[in-house]
Amino acid sequence: MSALTKKERMAIPRKPMPVQEPEARVLNFEEVATGYTPEMAQEEAERCLQCKDPKCSQQCPVQVDIPQFIAAVRDGDMAEAVSILKGKNNLPAICGRVCPQEVQCESGCILGIKGKPVAIGRLERFVGDYELSHKTLAMTRAASTGRKVAVVGSGPAGLACAVDLGRLGHDVTIFEALHLPGGVLAYGIPEFRLPKDVIGNEIKSAAEALDIKIRRDHVIGNTLTIDELLEEFDAVFLGTGAGLPVFLNIPGVNLNGVMSANELLTRVNLMKGYRFPAYDTPVKVGRNVAVIGAGNVAMDAVRCVRRLQAIRAGEDGDAGEVHVVYRRSADEVPARREEVHHAAEEGVIFDFLTNPVAILGDESGAVRALQCVRMELGEPDASGRRRPVAIEGSDFELEVDQVIFALGTNPNPLVFSNADDLKRNKRGTVEASDESGLTTKPGVWAGGDVVTGAATVISAMGAGKRAAADIHEYLCGLN
Amino acid sequence: MYRILRKENISDVTKMVIVEAPHIARSAKPGQFVIVISHEKGERVPLTIADFDREAGTITIIFQEIGKSTIEMGRLEVGDSFMTIAGPLGHATEIKNYGKVICVGGGVGIAPVFPIARALKEAGNEVISVIGARNKELLLWEDRMAEVSDQLIVTTDDGSAGRKCLVTEPIRELLEADPGGFARVWAIGPAIMMKFVSYTTKPFEVPTTVSLNTIMVDGTGMCGGCRVLMADGRAKFVCVDGPEFEGHDVDWDSLLSRMTYYHNEEQTAVQHLHGKDHKCRLDKAVEEGVR
Ligand SMILES: Cc1cc2nc3c(=O)[nH]c(=O)nc-3n(C[C@H](O)[C@H](O)[C@H](O)COP(=O)(O)OP(=O)(O)OC[C@H]3O[C@@H](n4cnc5c(N)ncnc54)[C@H](O)[C@@H]3O)c2cc1C
Ligand SMILES: Cc1cc2nc3c(=O)[nH]c(=O)nc-3n(C[C@H](O)[C@H](O)[C@H](O)COP(=O)(O)OP(=O)(O)OC[C@H]3O[C@@H](n4cnc5c(N)ncnc54)[C@H](O)[C@@H]3O)c2cc1C
Ligand code: SF4
Ligand code: FES
Repeated sequence: MSALTKKERMAIPRKPMPVQEPEARVLNFEEVATGYTPEMAQEEAERCLQCKDPKCSQQCPVQVDIPQFIAAVRDGDMAEAVSILKGKNNLPAICGRVCPQEVQCESGCILGIKGKPVAIGRLERFVGDYELSHKTLAMTRAASTGRKVAVVGSGPAGLACAVDLGRLGHDVTIFEALHLPGGVLAYGIPEFRLPKDVIGNEIKSAAEALDIKIRRDHVIGNTLTIDELLEEFDAVFLGTGAGLPVFLNIPGVNLNGVMSANELLTRVNLMKGYRFPAYDTPVKVGRNVAVIGAGNVAMDAVRCVRRLQAIRAGEDGDAGEVHVVYRRSADEVPARREEVHHAAEEGVIFDFLTNPVAILGDESGAVRALQCVRMELGEPDASGRRRPVAIEGSDFELEVDQVIFALGTNPNPLVFSNADDLKRNKRGTVEASDESGLTTKPGVWAGGDVVTGAATVISAMGAGKRAAADIHEYLCGLN
Repeated sequence: MYRILRKENISDVTKMVIVEAPHIARSAKPGQFVIVISHEKGERVPLTIADFDREAGTITIIFQEIGKSTIEMGRLEVGDSFMTIAGPLGHATEIKNYGKVICVGGGVGIAPVFPIARALKEAGNEVISVIGARNKELLLWEDRMAEVSDQLIVTTDDGSAGRKCLVTEPIRELLEADPGGFARVWAIGPAIMMKFVSYTTKPFEVPTTVSLNTIMVDGTGMCGGCRVLMADGRAKFVCVDGPEFEGHDVDWDSLLSRMTYYHNEEQTAVQHLHGKDHKCRLDKAVEEGVR
């Protein structure tokens, strides 16, 4: 094939992602986006201009060499694409599915100025999936250094740290409180966005290749303290995330039918509650449901609810309603755009500029309605967003029988039991250096949501990798 | 891992098992609990650590078969394994010499109150224990409780053993007979029992520690499903703030109401369990050519 001119490349339309149709997908928990075929991936890769000064890579939190991996896809050399991508990103099949590309790599893409940016995320997913089924790249482990590292938490931060240290020849053990590794990837993000097999396979292949041990059911702070870990290990990395749910302090929060998005998502994803009673953990979904908040967590919760409602009603039945209640406007929604779009297609109702003020119960102590007030946008506040202000006298009742809070999370304090010398700030996050992840406690590093508060998969991975580099330097200096 | 080394049927519906779990045994303390998953499709079931042996690397759990998960757990035999046991979770009981104390156990709650009574006795307290159950069959560990108590009072709802009354009756009598004499009460049992024990001790202003068994999922503070309201309106997470609380601070009605939330689903699960059994037997019959 002769090379295309720049103009010809720019004329190729962005390849859409094949998806399950909304009517079909609300009746199952299978992946919504089904992935590019090799032909589609190559056609999309043709669009890339191979810029001399690529802004896409700069916008990538782990600085993947994007034009290079795309060129390899274009040339059909998938093994080469894998090797370039995995040089920087240990979990491409996961990141390709959940990264907010529109505000990261794709926001830097030159093509995006006039038209649509290259679908970098979709290509990343394609290459990640290719590797999962073809296994072209043998992960190699350097000669053993004899140094032992404990990684606490098996989310993206912990995994990225463990893999990098494992590659360098250190003896790594991951301690995870739950019975399955993956952190939010396993308990939070639903199957229809990130199949559990993908996580399981990425973790398993890395652990096997690098001899990383995973101790499940170990709650650090209880089963073992950080100090006890330091007796056995040369260094400790904390990647325990921010899992503690926040409830609004409004009347009625303890009524039957009020829960955190974490509870719903854990029941559905980690415990496979959507297959109850074949699986033992029940999950309850109301006829009319309000999910409060509009981040990724809210979108995942609302779409799980939608599916459970639709499955219960069957193809012709009346599924009921599910609302996203958000106090700002559509422009301020923090969730990934694609997910908001998918949710709307699936029949989710968005109530913007609406603030809940109380949950009302019936005589049996169950939720009967959500009392709300309409909002308007005022002057920008500290976050730079226009502050929502209540419109007086605009109170109304939204008739619902379930209310789900998806308002963000704080670090879980369990891990800090008996670790008073580990400095934390007011929100409960650990104080750690941005560059190295080093905390105030000797021998202890931290990264991911436990340091930043709820953020993204890729930023947690980046923090894990930076900490791994610093821990490596520290371990090499030990004698 | 998590192999069952010993099993004892304490009553028809109450089983005790000793399980291999060295990582838990080494740090377990009275009052803490574990989360058990029996098999790949199982629920996360919270159970109190009734006893532990650091040297042998084992823990003892005692459970009552009330729903699908516990019925299935009860079917496991020596040599079988649980898929997962995580812990120890929650705070340990604060054991010290308080003086004169009452330990109350209701039904299967007698088991978790036993190590607390024993530890209190060892710490020099004068321990008076009150244990009760619906009937004689549901009563357990009378002899063990007697061993660690200065006085033991037994009650049953139907009078089939001990006094025919609820546990609250002897508690009130004890407190009336020696007002100001008791430093603290521990009560573990059904929520409704703990509620009324708390109401009984309140007028006497005797601090009353209860161990709450709310519905839980993760047991690590992540889901908020175990949250319980305090009388002053604050919410607490039982798995990380508890499981022990001051009984006079608990909003009992909200707690009791929340515990019924999954009632219908729990019944579906039991039906599913029996349905499956039914099919198994049918399959077998077909295989064996029986009509
Ligand atoms: C529902 C949901 C949807 C999301 N969607 C997206 C998305 O689409 N894109 C995106 O980029 N980001 C998304 N995020 C955010 C992203 O998942 C997180 O930022 C990321 O997972 C943080 O990684 P982490 O490794 O710091 O922590 P986590 O993923 O939270 O992992 C922490 C792990 O540590 C374990 N742990 C905690 N305490 C202890 C202890 N004491 N001992 C042992 N183990 C412990 C936990 O069980 C957990 O497994 C979403 C988050 C949620 C909740
Ligand atoms: C910290 C803690 C410690 C516990 N320790 C013990 C113990 O040592 N021994 C023991 O037998 N049980 C204990 N429990 C209770 C035990 O977890 C439940 O009995 C068990 O989860 C029931 O599971 P199931 O599937 O068999 O029944 P389900 O089908 O879940 O429930 C059947 C019925 O039991 C009731 N129920 C459900 N969950 C609970 C619960 N968590 N507590 C009380 N009643 C419930 C409901 O009313 C329901 O209708 C403890 C609970 C907690 C939170
Ligand atoms: S900015 Fe866009 S066009 Fe340029 S190299 Fe990156 S992906 Fe290709
Ligand atoms: S059980 Fe989930 S927070 Fe306590």
